[in-house]
Amino acid sequence: MMSLSETIWAVVKILIMVGFLFNVGGLLTWLDRRQSAMIQDRIGPNRAVIKVFGIEFRLGGLLHPLADGVKFFFKEDFIPPRGDKLLFAVAPILVMAPVLALIAVIPFGDKLCVDDLWRTTDTGSLLFPAVPRYGSCLIPVARGGIAAIDLQVASLNVGILYVFALAGQGIVGAALAGWSSDNKFSLLGALRAASQMVSYEVTIGMSLVGALMIYGSVRMGDMVRWQGDHAWGIFIQPLAFFMFFMAAVAESKRIPFDLPEAESELVSGYFTEYSGMKFGMFYFAEYMEVVTSSMLLVTIFLGGWQLPFLHRDGLTIDIGTWRALQLPMNHLTVTAIQVCTFFGKVLFLCWIQCFVRWSLPRFRYDQLMKLCWRILLPLSLANILVTGVVYLLLDHAGPVLGNTLQMIGDLTQAVVAIAITYFVLSIVIGLIRPTRRTSWVVGSTAKLAQRFGGTPRSPRMQA
Amino acid sequence: MTQAAAFPKKRATPFTPVVVKHAERSLSNQSYIPEIIRGVGESMRHFFRNTKEMWKNDRPDPVTQRLDKGITTISYPEQKRPYPERFRGLHRLMARDDGSPRCVACLCCSTACPAQCIFIEAGEYPEGDKRRGYERFPVRFVIDELRCIFCGFCVEACPCDAIRMDTGVHATPYDSRDQFIYDKGLLMSFAGRDGSHKTENPRHEPGEKTHPGIDRERSH
Repeated sequence: MMSLSETIWAVVKILIMVGFLFNVGGLLTWLDRRQSAMIQDRIGPNRAVIKVFGIEFRLGGLLHPLADGVKFFFKEDFIPPRGDKLLFAVAPILVMAPVLALIAVIPFGDKLCVDDLWRTTDTGSLLFPAVPRYGSCLIPVARGGIAAIDLQVASLNVGILYVFALAGQGIVGAALAGWSSDNKFSLLGALRAASQMVSYEVTIGMSLVGALMIYGSVRMGDMVRWQGDHAWGIFIQPLAFFMFFMAAVAESKRIPFDLPEAESELVSGYFTEYSGMKFGMFYFAEYMEVVTSSMLLVTIFLGGWQLPFLHRDGLTIDIGTWRALQLPMNHLTVTAIQVCTFFGKVLFLCWIQCFVRWSLPRFRYDQLMKLCWRILLPLSLANILVTGVVYLLLDHAGPVLGNTLQMIGDLTQAVVAIAITYFVLSIVIGLIRPTRRTSWVVGSTAKLAQRFGGTPRSPRMQA
Repeated sequence: MTQAAAFPKKRATPFTPVVVKHAERSLSNQSYIPEIIRGVGESMRHFFRNTKEMWKNDRPDPVTQRLDKGITTISYPEQKRPYPERFRGLHRLMARDDGSPRCVACLCCSTACPAQCIFIEAGEYPEGDKRRGYERFPVRFVIDELRCIFCGFCVEACPCDAIRMDTGVHATPYDSRDQFIYDKGLLMSFAGRDGSHKTENPRHEPGEKTHPGIDRERSH
């Protein structure tokens, strides 16, 4: 039986995760259009306007997803007359539900001690004390404290297995959608979707085994904690990271793996016959899958909520046994930073996935299957083997090697910290640096434009 | 005998076959991964540059800097490419100093018009007017802009620089055909690109010293 505070916290956590998923899913439709425009030297959607008291708001095209939503609700809800009406209606739900359920096991922050958020020190000053790095809160449950709250909707002990189980459910929805549509293109798309997702499901599972061996747990929270203490998964299992990334893109059925909905071949694949909000659900589920796969990647390979050197008790820079800096921080600040870090990393990966989607051409179908069964699967098996051997060797190596490994792990953290700083700095510098331009005034059009001081534009124009 | 040709012939070049370069079958090509990274990197270069320029509203000018990197799209209704100086746009009728049309209703333009889109009803000046006998005036001057093919023959044909196509405005879309029928008043109301309704070419009114004084009755 849950207590009231537990119930409230559960609701809050669900709202945070689902709210994030839905909003970012919607924003991704905008990001996809706008980012593709930026990549392809276009302006992109910017015509949807809301007029408030005569002032036009375009918000950089952010209103287009809104307009899309309105359109989805008002379009005809077409059901093929000879299709299977029940399955046709159920399929979008079956596609969307697993994606929503999948985020339950993804932790977006470390254990939260509610008591310690606002507690002052014993002397009464307003300085919040830092909580210990490991273990629970300042006041243990035995002495009347509240148990620490996992910032995770459901801290399942099966963790990643639950993710695999649910990720496999998406196939059912896609297959049913194609089957019930009474359309050959849909059926072909569904067949492709089913075979592709089943194939890549194998790679998803296999590529993670090496990581699971090293983390020694299938609980997502434990994985993230391990990465914070040692090194991020991308440094320990780089091959697995890339294989999982590829397989995750293939699972979300986006370019370059969008064969189930290949426009040039299958109209739009298994959801050809869908319209209105049912189509919207497929469309939306695809974007939400991008978010969930990013969340999985972040949790398993990119240190989840961890920032380099930021632990539960504050900023501690340790390189091996040498302590460079220790700065205790209070629990509220650390938690806030960590939660923001997690969501920031997820957004970053979604952004990267959009780049992949707009840069690469679509695979041919045999190439897709070859990539999976002939390359990714053997590679992931080899990865498991090598990881196991190396893990066994290192386990029996002794303390000197252990310390060296810890030092290397700390150095990778330093590398990440430097990389993040470099990335942010280069963006800032790039924004400040002025752009050099060259003019070619050839022909009377250009001469006229130059006489006007640039091509004439009315003040109404916005981005 | 060699003569400097105005248009020298291009020297025939020996036939050089174009060698189509196939991608090498190297490990980096076959594994696809370095190329993916290069491709995504190229996308990112474009993305960062364009996003920055979009953010700072500092895009290259779509006409004068059209070959520069960046987004050179013209946002059409809000932003317009200036038409070249010799662009033949909507017609206009030039005015005399007193504001009446320079047109003398000689029907040269309507005769020259291959689309037959100009209709002129000529009128005689009243008795006593100094222009009577020398020239006539257009009672109606109508151009069907839908029929017009914008060839500019009317402008070429006009002996007194009365009709021009230098408004710099293209034919405007309307929702009804009769709106494309431009009458004299409308054609007079358009100004040239410099905003003027007049022309630099002098007009010699009857009675002035510069007027040759030739008319239908007196032919010297």
